[in-house]
Amino acid sequence: MAKVQDTSISRLAKDGLFTNNTLFIQVLGACPALATTTSAVNGLGMGLSTASILVFSNLLISLLRNFIPKQIRIAAYIVVIAGFVSILEIFLKAYIPALDKSLGLFIPLITTNCIILARAESFASKNGPLRSVLDGVFAGAGFALALFLLASVREITGSGTFMGLRIFGDEFTLKVMISPAGAFITLGILTAVFKTLTGRFAGKNTEIKETRQEEKKDIKEKEGAEN
Amino acid sequence: MGEIFMIMLAAVLTENFIFTKFLGICPFLGVSDKPDKALGMGMALTFVMGVSSAATWLAYHFILIEFNLEHLRTIAFILIIASLVQSIEIFMKKYFRTLYESLGIFLPLMTTNCAVLGAAFIAVDNEFTLINAVIYGTFSAVGITLAIIIFAGVRERIDFSDPPAIFRGTPIALVAAGLLAMAFSGFSGIEIN
Repeated sequence: MAKVQDTSISRLAKDGLFTNNTLFIQVLGACPALATTTSAVNGLGMGLSTASILVFSNLLISLLRNFIPKQIRIAAYIVVIAGFVSILEIFLKAYIPALDKSLGLFIPLITTNCIILARAESFASKNGPLRSVLDGVFAGAGFALALFLLASVREITGSGTFMGLRIFGDEFTLKVMISPAGAFITLGILTAVFKTLTGRFAGKNTEIKETRQEEKKDIKEKEGAEN
Repeated sequence: MGEIFMIMLAAVLTENFIFTKFLGICPFLGVSDKPDKALGMGMALTFVMGVSSAATWLAYHFILIEFNLEHLRTIAFILIIASLVQSIEIFMKKYFRTLYESLGIFLPLMTTNCAVLGAAFIAVDNEFTLINAVIYGTFSAVGITLAIIIFAGVRERIDFSDPPAIFRGTPIALVAAGLLAMAFSGFSGIEIN
């Protein structure tokens, strides 16, 4: 991409939260998003954990961007990320053991979350520390909000509770929403809704629109030439 | 023997990495647009996961436990996997040119594949023996390959269908994956004694 990145704060916020939302638009980080969103608390916990790692790794990678040799940069980023993940793992085990238990395997697996590496490679390695931290905050918040939304929908429809509080009657459960199948389908529907809201239809449709516009342009130009 | 068979069955069908454990979704959505590409990715993944399961198991039991460094396993495992993937790539490029040409482009992606790291953690957490760990890693990858190939077939059909405009692209693929997950949930509860 040759175009110059616009890095003003409002632009970063809009990109991170909506137009370039990591989960709904870029479909990155789908593994934890599907696995940990059985309840709103878990979804929010996972989102905030990922966001905090994203902020710290963006900061450190941005500070080190002039010292890391280009050939081994990916390996260096992974070590930085894994270091922060280990810190988070130990921190959660000590202070929030309940969350650590329910998220389980997916806390250490934040290391291989493509969002963090993608932000490091495409943003933090090219921008100053302040901008990188802001980018981390907004991209992380976008991911956390997406997870919270997905988890809320699944918890409300699946077990009839929200953040542990009963909303529907005592007997209400819809097992499929809590099951893996429900995770995929809910994410699919939310992605569709989100893409529409941000005015970005998936590939084919925009292509069709563009070609139609081009055709119209061609016709107009031809008419202009004839006149 | 029975135990090994159970591990194989669980890894491929009843606890499929993609549909029940949610590991390796990125390549699952990324390379599943063509069945032959899916097969290439799956073979590369099977090879890497088999080797990395052995390497991480050995490192955990003979280095990390020996020196009481279990809390460093995340860093240790990811470093082992990254360097392993890199050396496999170099080795293949030099000695198995044809294999490298068909699988080579998928290899760098393995480092950030959560299935590889996830299988290493699961093997350690469940206290598998070395043989069981290697079998678990290899057959989990076979399960992922199976899932990706089935899904690639489904996606080819989706390409020719006409879903509502807002569902085109990723959304309809995710819904289809959900239906596949439902089908795979039919395998849960199989037990062989």
